[in-house]
Amino acid sequence: MTDTTSPRTPPRRIPWDYLAVAPFIIFAVMFLFLPTLSLVGGAFTDRQGNFTLDNIVGLFTDQILAAYWISIRISGASAIFGALIGLAITLAIIRGRLPAGLRSAVMTFSGVASNFAGVPLAFAFIATLGRLGLVTIILRTVFGFDMYRSGFNLLSFWGLTLTYLYFQIPLMMLTIAPAVDGLKKEWNEAAQMLGASQWQFWRYVGLPILWPSFLGTLSLLFANAFGAIATAWALTGSNLNIVTVLLYNQIRGDALQNPGLGAALALGMIVITSLANVIYLIVASRAERWMK
Amino acid sequence: MKTSRLWPWLVFALGAAYFIVPLIATFEFSLRMRRGEYSFDAYASVFADPRFHASFGYSVAIGLVTIVVGVLVVVPAVYFVRLRMPWLRPFMEFVTLLPLIIPALILVYGYIRLYNSSSIIPFTGSALGTDILLTGAYVTLALPYMYRAVDNGMRTIDIGTLTEAAQIMGANQVQIIGQIILPNILVAILSGAFLTFAIVIGEFTIASLLNRPAFGPYLVNIGTNRAYEPAALAIISFIITWGAMGMINVLGRFAPRTSARTD
Repeated sequence: MTDTTSPRTPPRRIPWDYLAVAPFIIFAVMFLFLPTLSLVGGAFTDRQGNFTLDNIVGLFTDQILAAYWISIRISGASAIFGALIGLAITLAIIRGRLPAGLRSAVMTFSGVASNFAGVPLAFAFIATLGRLGLVTIILRTVFGFDMYRSGFNLLSFWGLTLTYLYFQIPLMMLTIAPAVDGLKKEWNEAAQMLGASQWQFWRYVGLPILWPSFLGTLSLLFANAFGAIATAWALTGSNLNIVTVLLYNQIRGDALQNPGLGAALALGMIVITSLANVIYLIVASRAERWMK
Repeated sequence: MKTSRLWPWLVFALGAAYFIVPLIATFEFSLRMRRGEYSFDAYASVFADPRFHASFGYSVAIGLVTIVVGVLVVVPAVYFVRLRMPWLRPFMEFVTLLPLIIPALILVYGYIRLYNSSSIIPFTGSALGTDILLTGAYVTLALPYMYRAVDNGMRTIDIGTLTEAAQIMGANQVQIIGQIILPNILVAILSGAFLTFAIVIGEFTIASLLNRPAFGPYLVNIGTNRAYEPAALAIISFIITWGAMGMINVLGRFAPRTSARTD
């Protein structure tokens, strides 16, 4: 990446380079490092300001563990399904010999849909799969199938997962498309000439090459869903016991009645998303070897 | 090798259905306000609501300030790091990745603990201070996207040669960045700006926890109190997002493609 030649500049009185980078560093310290460190510190501090592990121990209650567990399940499910479906659509569009114009249209739409998250997304799914939603009504009046009577609820694990997929699938498509582009046509031809079937090509060449990018994007999607709150909040209010809603209530009005426990809750979230992203970074650096 | 085109079409059709049906359903729902016939009453009701104008205007204003501050923070830093301090690059990459790792909910929690009215920098002590804090939070959220847009923009122009040429002509540092570099990466900056706008305009978590009258909290408020207006607002939000992304696509055609070096 050394694409800049440093011009030999005469010594000058004003250190422009440091002055120019300073706002960026001050910004990072004020709005990223210090706030995060304050929470890490808070997680290990009691009300009197002494070191304690009580807050961390306090996380191991049924309610909090259940909240983490539901969050992990929803994020995991929406990441896995989002990644699989996103990969399938990307493969269909890039390698399925569909009309060429389709690709740019789909990718543009993905850019929009991956940013169409939060509150409006919740509204859209209420209008679609809520009790008065179009799909719910059509299924009931035309097909005589009452989703809600047969156990479906938009304000549930599957309902939220289905909603999250609306931004997870496009994010997967945008992230994995370069890797799918990197699968060279020649590899397919070479495999054919050696007598491989289409199945064997994917089993032994295609998927192993895509695997690192796939795993990496999976962890990105996981972190993306794990930290999300606006959609869940607008869909369910404070009813759903996921960890972001729990933390939101804690920030709003100290719902856990213990600021230190709130900080520990946040620390737990940072640990979980960091783990997902450390996996992403490790895997992404391996994947780049194929992205020539 | 005979590969059927049935599967790709089937996958595409199912995917398209999943993405298009909610849009149709939302649009249809937004037209149902008047009993027995379709009408745009829900939209009329939204546009007649003074709180819609106030909150939308507030979010647009915060969004514009966010873009300006973001450009001022990112452009000089990326320029000098590329030109003279390449050793700082890994640090910048790391910093601009953090907002994707640390959820916004956690950042705002940190801000509230750190910058409360009894702290050294009491941002949340006044309305103006909270607005500044909100802007800072949004610049942070947009940092990964703004950084990548600007960095890509500077990659396609040869900033080393441009800088040397400008220096020979007697330009000072401010002139070089303002009059040489900035116009050359304007398309990249605008792409980052539109993406920032799309992220900021409906943001809920930070605005609501900082108690600011932004568009996101207004949306949630309407969602709990009204039946048809939320669907209309969802359609309006989708059109805004589409507009911002569409602008990035249009701008992409104007990006400078001649590059002195390829890397």
